[in-house]
Amino acid sequence: MKVDLRINGINRSAEVEPRKTLLDVLRENFLLNGTHAGCEHGVCGACTVLVDGEPVRSCLMFAVQADGYEITTIEGLAPAPGELSVIQDAFCETHGLQCGYCTPGMILAAHALLQNTLTPTREDIAEAISGNICRCTGYGQIIEAVQFAADRLRVANTPRPAALAEKPIVEAK
Amino acid sequence: MSADPAAFRFVSTNRRVREDRRFVAGQGHFVADVALEGLLHVAILPSQHPAARIVSIDVSAALAMPGVHYVLTGDELAAATDPLMNGLDTPNVRRHPLAVGQTRYAGEWVVAVVAESRALAEDATEKVRVIYEPLPFVMTAAEALKPDSPPVHPAHGSNVLLDRTFVWGEVEKHFAASPRKLSFRVTWGRSSTVPIETFGVAASWDPWRDMLDVWASIQMPKYPDQIARALRIPANNVRVHQDVDVGGSYGVKRGIKQTVLVAHLARRLGRPVRLIEDRLENMRGGDAHGPERIFDVDVAFNDDGIVRSMKIRALDNAGAYAGRAPFQLGKPIGAIVGPYQIESVQYRAQSVTSNKAVQEAVRGFGQAPTNYAIETAIDKVAAATGLARIEVRRRNFIRKDQFPYLIPSGSTYDSGDYHTVVDKVFAHIDFASMEKERDRLRASGLLAGIGIAACLEPSGANSSFEPLLNEKNTTTTWMDSCRIVVDALGFVTVTIHNTSSGQGHETLVSTVVGEVLQIDPDLIRVIRPDSLACLPSNSPVGSRMAIMLGGAAFHAAQKLKTKLTRIGAHQFGVADDKAAYANGSVASNDKQLAWIDLVTIAHRQYHMLPEGMEPGLESTHVMQVPTGGTLPKDGRVQMYPCHSFEFHVVLMAIDPALGKPEIRRYVIGHDCGTVINPHIVKGMTLGGLAHGLGAALLEEFVYDDEGHLMTQSFMDYLLPSAHEVPEVEIVHHCTPSPFTVFGQKGSGESGYLGAPAAISAAVNDCVSPLGISFNKLPIRISASAMPSPTRNKANRKSKPNDHRLPRPSGAAEPAGIDPLAGRAIPVDPPDRGRRQPRILLRRRQADPAGVETAERSARPPEMDGRTENRASGGRRLARYVRLRSAGGGGRGLVAPDQYPSGADRDARTALRAARHRAAAGRRARRRSAARGACRGL
Repeated sequence: MKVDLRINGINRSAEVEPRKTLLDVLRENFLLNGTHAGCEHGVCGACTVLVDGEPVRSCLMFAVQADGYEITTIEGLAPAPGELSVIQDAFCETHGLQCGYCTPGMILAAHALLQNTLTPTREDIAEAISGNICRCTGYGQIIEAVQFAADRLRVANTPRPAALAEKPIVEAK
Repeated sequence: MSADPAAFRFVSTNRRVREDRRFVAGQGHFVADVALEGLLHVAILPSQHPAARIVSIDVSAALAMPGVHYVLTGDELAAATDPLMNGLDTPNVRRHPLAVGQTRYAGEWVVAVVAESRALAEDATEKVRVIYEPLPFVMTAAEALKPDSPPVHPAHGSNVLLDRTFVWGEVEKHFAASPRKLSFRVTWGRSSTVPIETFGVAASWDPWRDMLDVWASIQMPKYPDQIARALRIPANNVRVHQDVDVGGSYGVKRGIKQTVLVAHLARRLGRPVRLIEDRLENMRGGDAHGPERIFDVDVAFNDDGIVRSMKIRALDNAGAYAGRAPFQLGKPIGAIVGPYQIESVQYRAQSVTSNKAVQEAVRGFGQAPTNYAIETAIDKVAAATGLARIEVRRRNFIRKDQFPYLIPSGSTYDSGDYHTVVDKVFAHIDFASMEKERDRLRASGLLAGIGIAACLEPSGANSSFEPLLNEKNTTTTWMDSCRIVVDALGFVTVTIHNTSSGQGHETLVSTVVGEVLQIDPDLIRVIRPDSLACLPSNSPVGSRMAIMLGGAAFHAAQKLKTKLTRIGAHQFGVADDKAAYANGSVASNDKQLAWIDLVTIAHRQYHMLPEGMEPGLESTHVMQVPTGGTLPKDGRVQMYPCHSFEFHVVLMAIDPALGKPEIRRYVIGHDCGTVINPHIVKGMTLGGLAHGLGAALLEEFVYDDEGHLMTQSFMDYLLPSAHEVPEVEIVHHCTPSPFTVFGQKGSGESGYLGAPAAISAAVNDCVSPLGISFNKLPIRISASAMPSPTRNKANRKSKPNDHRLPRPSGAAEPAGIDPLAGRAIPVDPPDRGRRQPRILLRRRQADPAGVETAERSARPPEMDGRTENRASGGRRLARYVRLRSAGGGGRGLVAPDQYPSGADRDARTALRAARHRAAAGRRARRRSAARGACRGL
């Protein structure tokens, strides 16, 4: 069957078997290897991608079901080659990963959360990533990463206190 | 040497972990990402019998399937390869990648199918016809130990792989002289590390160059050697690519059987072949289970709680083949007294075969179960003497001034300050207020308790347990290596000679080399050459890399620094010791040569080099484990050189109506000497702790009475999620090791070694008012509002490890009338999921019209290639889960949600299906990030 997908902002199409999962099509047909197979029965979350902005298990979705949808994979988050999104950079800052296998799914789950709120509580974050199993980190530094990313995103375009006070910056002598 | 921590420039600073960058962008290079021209794929046909003679295998129908290239049986593979290596001298316990003549556990690999795609290979496995003749089997260690138990390997004569008793010190005398004694049994359930990436391996054979190339998700010492030996080819015909990222291992990724299988196929077919285990293959047939161990412990102590002697009998269920499993009884000998001054120990190590999956190395290599036994002993001594648990520990701890401390079994502990770590932790948590909080929780009707556990993490692995348990093994080195090359433009490249599975080795060596050479670690390139270009190394096992790879990098950098200094001194015309290296330059009095000048002399100006010096700038160091290497004597040997210390305190609460354990607070005191990278050590500690929580409360490979694995998907083998793992507070302490270059010790196993003991202790403190205790891990609690004899009887068969709670007589009833009073409430949803029967379906096949139908197997099991217990995992589950459009249900993202109809479908099947869907729905609702997608269930 022919399937038309919009992946990371680019229209792609492929001829696929109806039984082929979105995960396998992303990896094999479009060579987007950042999406990983973990359990292939919808529990571990390593295969998470965003479908119209919502995290979805690509191992539980046939590619033909994704026809016409906007798919975002981990490759779609970095603004340019060699550059990182705020969330990706936050994961590096707190070392919110070890082996890196669950990381793309984890970051996409975090991305979806922070699209909805920039003031998540620890519980919100734990809930948002609870469908993604990480065997390395025990989640502590992942939660820190999401908190850190939320902080940065929240203040990104906020004037600094010094500017608000309209005080001239005195040059140090 | 040990350096002054305050003097470090890069070591111990909060630098980023350099590996992270590629992973957050999805640019890791895992084995499934390796692109090979003409790649073929493997699927496996497993045995559904715990023990059976293979009467015949008919592969003709499978071979005739479209896209199928080859079907391999055990007989062919065994004729072409040698058996896989055993750790012990047990030559008649022969292990091959595919079963030969007989299967020895349900899930054992019988036939491998090679096809153009994995899906086609899976399809074809169903066409393989195997006729089995079932044989008697044995599942438990206790049964296997009996002389009349069915032997898993008849040629071996019995199921006993190892039965060795060590007596270190005057055990009987100390027991006779001790006024108090106690005995108990604890059991460590079969669990494992279960990485999110399953094991995978790809191989290609080049007949013109006689070269086998291997890419694998591997963490295996001597891996190329083992491949060469099994395939009967020269070791320099094997080239393992070490730059493959490994998606988690924590010990278990030792896929030698997978590798030999795939390598043989690549050689046979002349095309690259890859096997990526699906989750089902991994869980039940990947040979990656962990220890399953019964401890019988006797303790001799006095009224002051001073423990003088211990007798430990450890009986381990190794599974169907030997492998390295028995060695996991050997490593704990290096810390057999834990952090305590215990004068004498008797240790009986028994390992038996059974008809369960094969055991492989798991984080700590046997130390976590042993520590659970030791810490339980200390708690029981406290209970017997009426002393506080922490007081008994304080009285028995080795004191700071006693190091280096020789324990009875022959290892010397390097350093530690256990009392201070405990004091710091207690000050941090204000222990008295934690006790008040526990009492407050109890008064509110909850079961609440505090668990404490200390543990040692032996680190810097040698393999002394090998010669200790196998006299034919004379291994006394377990080296690791590093090479530093400075190119002609002055840039530094460091090579390391192992794979890595998230431990941050690139960060480790760049930090160490940067520290010694006083250059920015970010400017240092770190690479992993293939195995033929490698220096002798072992793999990152036994918490060794900070010590061994860090040590090798340190010494290689020192050699380079010495050479640069000599070059400088020669130009200045002064003695070597009159010139000094600093920040990349060499200076003497007022003269100075910059880095690039030194590099240029080394690379281009031979005439300016000191006489006899080799040109170029390169250094290597092959490092021996710091405590050297000697063979065991009288059952004693120095095991690992360094010993980190952890101290866990956990406050838990259990709602007696729900039976769900909840961690209210978790504090860990951690002393691994000098920390090289704080982020990495923190991650290891937290991750190990989560892993230990799983072993204590959630994870177990459970077999039913028919010998089938019941927990073979993530819906029934439960890995802790972000909901289960608490926020953890870490209290740091640093007691540098005198044996390592910076004072560092290992930290890769830390949380895992102490958490199970601490959590077990906390649960037992929770239920202590009921006068009961749990003596088996994992502790999975199902609540029972009122003990019901009928129900309990019914439950007896369900799970051996299922603990049921009577309501505490002293605890307050929950508000209102409990509508479920008198009825068992197995509340823990995971527990419920565990009991769901497997779906009895064969995979769907496309009919000629292209319409997919699912077909129930009508053949008797022995005639069917794949039967009921395979169908629950892997890709097939996709069919049963409905997905709703993330956009709000406008579009029908609905997979076939009807249980396939068929003439033979009966009411029972439908019920099973409904229950399965409900269980899947519960799990999915709880865990799925795509929560919205599951609401339709």
